[in-house]
Amino acid sequence: MQFKLAALALSASLMSGTAYASCQIDGRVSIVGNEFPAIHAVVEGAKECKGGEITSNLTADHQKINVAGMTGNPAEYTSAIIANSSIVALMNDDLLRPLDDLVAKFGQQLKPNQLIKIDGKVMAIAFMANAQHFVYRSDILAKHGIETPKSYEEVLAAAKIIREKGELEFPVGGAYKAGWNLAQEFVNMYYGMDGKFFEPGSAKVSINNGKGIAALEMMKSLSGYMNPDFLTHDSNATNAEYRAGNVAMMNMWGSRAATLTEIEGIPQEVKDGFAISGPLTVGESGKSASTLWWDGFTIAKNISDKDAEATFKAFMNGIAPSRLNEETKPLAVWLIDGYEPTEKAKGVFNAANMQTKPYPMQPFMGLLHSALGGELSDFMQGKEDAASALADVEAAYTAAAREKGFLQ
Amino acid sequence: MKHRTFFWFILPTALSMLVFIAMPIVSVVTQSVYTPHEAVLVETESCGPFGCSKETVIDQAATKSLREAEPLGRFVGLEIYLDRGHLAVDEVAQAWRDSEGISEFISELNNLPFYRAMGFTLTYTFTVAPLMLLLGFLIAVSVNRLNRYLKGLVIFFSLLPMIVSPLIGSLVLFWMVDSRGILGTFLQWVAGDPDLSVKASTSLTWVMLIVYGVWHAAPFSFIVFYAGLQTLPGDLLESAQIDGANRWQRTWHIVVPHLLPLVTFVALIQLMDNFRVFEPIVGFNSEAHATSLSWFIFNDLGGETRLLSSASATSVLTIIGVAILLAPVLVRTWRDYQRKG
Repeated sequence: MQFKLAALALSASLMSGTAYASCQIDGRVSIVGNEFPAIHAVVEGAKECKGGEITSNLTADHQKINVAGMTGNPAEYTSAIIANSSIVALMNDDLLRPLDDLVAKFGQQLKPNQLIKIDGKVMAIAFMANAQHFVYRSDILAKHGIETPKSYEEVLAAAKIIREKGELEFPVGGAYKAGWNLAQEFVNMYYGMDGKFFEPGSAKVSINNGKGIAALEMMKSLSGYMNPDFLTHDSNATNAEYRAGNVAMMNMWGSRAATLTEIEGIPQEVKDGFAISGPLTVGESGKSASTLWWDGFTIAKNISDKDAEATFKAFMNGIAPSRLNEETKPLAVWLIDGYEPTEKAKGVFNAANMQTKPYPMQPFMGLLHSALGGELSDFMQGKEDAASALADVEAAYTAAAREKGFLQ
Repeated sequence: MKHRTFFWFILPTALSMLVFIAMPIVSVVTQSVYTPHEAVLVETESCGPFGCSKETVIDQAATKSLREAEPLGRFVGLEIYLDRGHLAVDEVAQAWRDSEGISEFISELNNLPFYRAMGFTLTYTFTVAPLMLLLGFLIAVSVNRLNRYLKGLVIFFSLLPMIVSPLIGSLVLFWMVDSRGILGTFLQWVAGDPDLSVKASTSLTWVMLIVYGVWHAAPFSFIVFYAGLQTLPGDLLESAQIDGANRWQRTWHIVVPHLLPLVTFVALIQLMDNFRVFEPIVGFNSEAHATSLSWFIFNDLGGETRLLSSASATSVLTIIGVAILLAPVLVRTWRDYQRKG
């Protein structure tokens, strides 16, 4: 029995490598965050630390609980894993601890571009980048002599050929589910048209203009080549359509595209034809119709310095350059020192190279995103025209922004 | 019962009702008339992996003093109730002035989230309730006539829709009616239209939600009616039979009147439940076609920026809506009580 235990301990220490020996913490660590493979990998790394109690709650509903979970004193969660959109809610309620002292003490491994500085203070540590980009079936495009589309206009032309040749009835895929996803596609398309969401320096929305209408019209034209159920398709459903071979072209998240064809039961031609390029452009602006994202961790304000230090150290272990290996590398486009992009990461890298804009971090952007998600589905169903849909969005946003005190 | 005994008897119930029902209602009403303070916005430099840019952020120091002075927030009275997300009085008045006929006015109303949600909720409530009563009654009468060896098994299977969690139940049906699913393909074949999609059509989505609602709720009325049938006096039925009443007459003149008080009970519970329809809307991803007040509350609290005042106002409106729906039944019960008293 004793021998068995010793063997178990030995193998455990071998598996966790150097981290086991180096990561000793003294305090409580409790993490809340989104749920996808890259985040699991980071949190597993954090949990290798010894000496303190480390718990995590990784769920797609993390945004619904992180504000409440960090408001108490002491906060239930010592850390929230967030993205550039969701840090805003925590910043708005002043729930985050500036990390400059911890970075100076324990953050030697961090690269300068991992530090998210707001008003000169480090408020989060980014560990991965993400963007939506074009994913397509090179075999289908080659078969019909179509060059890889670089703009949404070329996607429409290609979709027309694929449909007319009888190859696929609905060749275009898109996460157009009413709500958050549909709003995100509008944000992409509107940025591609070089649009601006707010009047400079104020919370006043201005999207009901030529660029907004053009963005919506493009989305409508694309939906004509999508499965008629598109308003119920989120990223998961869109990926399922691609995996089943029903879709030849789509705009997909880099974090999901990497492992898209790596599950069982995918037809061989889908696997072989799987190809990634950068974000598409739209209209004549030449801007990329996508947004850049980072995922990172924050530390709660309402906890003791001891717990904050333990949390920071645990994360430093979770995103240690030594943890990059064959298994973890393809999971994301890591911002960690020493990461070299894999072939599947080139979509996100192209997005960065094309000067794609980061998703906006204004305190009121979340309200506009919700308003877009709620009000655009009427237009997508052909129940109203683009201008009145955008007027509805502006009215819904204005009511919400007044309530939150952003507008008078 | 003596007053003193009655007091001690009712105390635990009254206390828990105070804590779990009355106090939350007071809290919700309070939250609905207060909103967050006006945010003091400042422009700052923010830097990340993709470079630096000017960003607007909330000036926490300035906002903090506002918050500490009035921790509840700004008092706005009924402003939230009347804004576009709720009763939308200004927009309704505008639509009334501008529209040429009643149909144009209705389509303008339909463009406002609250009235659109009410349109679906009321249709759902008033179709599901009678259909589930009827279906439950038919199942109860049929099961009651089965021989007792079969009964247990049939009752178990009839109760399944209620046992299955609503989200799972709606997801199963959601996948089946997919245009590539078994029911979806069958419907395409029946309609002779290969492009037919239930999920893409508002009216078919409503039908799907109502069918699901009836499927899910029928076991409840079935089990109540079935219990009621066990108390049906056998001699009454026998004497009717001797008087030459056929089966239909016996059902209509004896069974139905016997179960009528239960109908009131089931209808009451169902009106309340259906007015708060929520899980099927999430399960069927149908927010593009059908929403409800409960879904609004979920949506207000689930966004990246939570709208607590808006969600509270919607909750209060839900309570008022349920009270209006139940008013006729409550008034009747009160009259019955007075008559007996």
